[in-house]
Amino acid sequence: MDFAIEPLAEDVLLLRFGDGIDIDVNARVHAAARALRAAHLAGIIDIAPAYATLLVRFDPFAHSDRDEFRAALSEAIRAGNCEASTPSVATPEMVIPVCYGGVHGPDLEAVAVHARLAPEEVVRRHAVAEYTVAMLGFAPGFPYLLGLDAALHAPRRADPRTRVPAGSVAIGGAQTGIYPRELPGGWNLIGRTPLALFDPNRDPPCLLAPGDHVRFRAIDAAEFERRAERRA
Amino acid sequence: MTIEVLKPGLLTAFQDAGRRGFAHLGIGRAGAFDEPAWRIANALCGNPREACALEVTLLGPTLRFDAAAWVAVAGAPLPLRIDDREQPMWAPLRVPAGATLELGAMRSGCRSYVAVRGGFDAMPILGSRSADINAGLGPNGGRPLRVGDTLQTGSGSVSRTDWRVRGSAGESEPDPVSKWRLDPRPWFPGDTGEPLRLLPGKHLDGLTSGSRNALFSEAFAVHADSNRVGLRLTGPALAWTSPIEMVSEGCGPGLLQLPPSGQPIAFGPECPVSGGYPRIGQIAAVDIPRLAQMRPGDAVRFTPCTFDSALDALRECERALDALTANIAARLAHELHRPQRGPR
Repeated sequence: MDFAIEPLAEDVLLLRFGDGIDIDVNARVHAAARALRAAHLAGIIDIAPAYATLLVRFDPFAHSDRDEFRAALSEAIRAGNCEASTPSVATPEMVIPVCYGGVHGPDLEAVAVHARLAPEEVVRRHAVAEYTVAMLGFAPGFPYLLGLDAALHAPRRADPRTRVPAGSVAIGGAQTGIYPRELPGGWNLIGRTPLALFDPNRDPPCLLAPGDHVRFRAIDAAEFERRAERRA
Repeated sequence: MTIEVLKPGLLTAFQDAGRRGFAHLGIGRAGAFDEPAWRIANALCGNPREACALEVTLLGPTLRFDAAAWVAVAGAPLPLRIDDREQPMWAPLRVPAGATLELGAMRSGCRSYVAVRGGFDAMPILGSRSADINAGLGPNGGRPLRVGDTLQTGSGSVSRTDWRVRGSAGESEPDPVSKWRLDPRPWFPGDTGEPLRLLPGKHLDGLTSGSRNALFSEAFAVHADSNRVGLRLTGPALAWTSPIEMVSEGCGPGLLQLPPSGQPIAFGPECPVSGGYPRIGQIAAVDIPRLAQMRPGDAVRFTPCTFDSALDALRECERALDALTANIAARLAHELHRPQRGPR
């Protein structure tokens, strides 16, 4: 597995597997992250995937020989990669219930107009696709999902909202994501899930982890209310 | 012990070493911005290194203690009074039961730390009591202190030589004037005009030569719209030789990004875990405490630095800090072993 190692700070390296947003490059990032976690190298603080890079934060005093540390990282990833080529457990698929349109998805119409599709078709295409959590960022537990149908790509709103409700499912450019809590945001809101994406008192605190596979399931407003109430 | 917040100050919040190991979930570190000042304040209370303190911004809080306490304040210089009597910073101080600790406005710098013996106690969130105000994470949803809040102190893991135990009952309260204080200079150098050391960022070479020269020769001013997420810097507009396209990549405190405005942003402890703006550099970890002390209007300069020299400087700073805190611990232990002596 080819990657470049770029120093970012005294205690941070970025492992670069590519440059753009690409599902294969991102899959290599997740494979490397899994391999590094499995290797349990001492003095590693964070292993955090992004689209094309993997951030590794470490104790700079535990690894003062930088060449040695880089070699250990490379070796761990290579070893994990060999194992990954043999059949292994499939990544679990998380199904997220979403109430599309209406008050929960005020931008569904606008996305449909932009896509020249009926709103029902936007919903169908959004829910039928399989997504991968490319990374979590922006806010705790916010998943950037890859795998959005190209017809549904839609530019961010010219006028971002100051308050996007927690659980809102949104489209921003070529990506789709879910707001884990009330936040400002410029993505197009097409629906809302009653699930809690982030709860700091839960272990793990995030519903989704980097590399997870995700599907959406359309639910009606009554089911949304029922499930949201049960949570509250 | 309960401490009541009579005035919260401009922005006062719990901070400890922060949350580590959650970057993959989009959760940043938070934690004390000026780590040496936070560590020293804790050391002056005989606290373990990781104890939770209050980070105070520009204007300090007023706190009332329902029981006698031992406190210390370190960081940016501010007036400090216990029941209307001036007290020094960088010193162990005794607060009598029922007394009020009043912190004023900082004369320079931006952040100070109030430590109390035993540390401030609250339910840790994801392993830390730090307020991540931007992410809404921490005790009380990570919000800063408000009027009327009541704060608890911990009792665990302070040294066994507790002056409160040794002070005999019925004894008159000692005069709360400490007998010694630290020299703050190496830890709060003030505005020396010294540039911040900048490690080269991935896109540094993409700047025009004029911009690169300006970055390392001109001063930038800290914009009013700056906080623990990041400091916005205004100065000469920096430009790329050709546009840089990138997708979001991991980042951390100290990163110097350049958004399309051409005005850099230096990330602080509440920065996002990833960012999509090009990177011109990374402020050396050893200089982050100085970044923490920059207030709106202050001038910031940069000087280029290598990873090796940055790490050497950081190691040197850690050694000095370890030596200082060990020294403080020894001094406190010595005083505590003499009967009826404690911080005064």
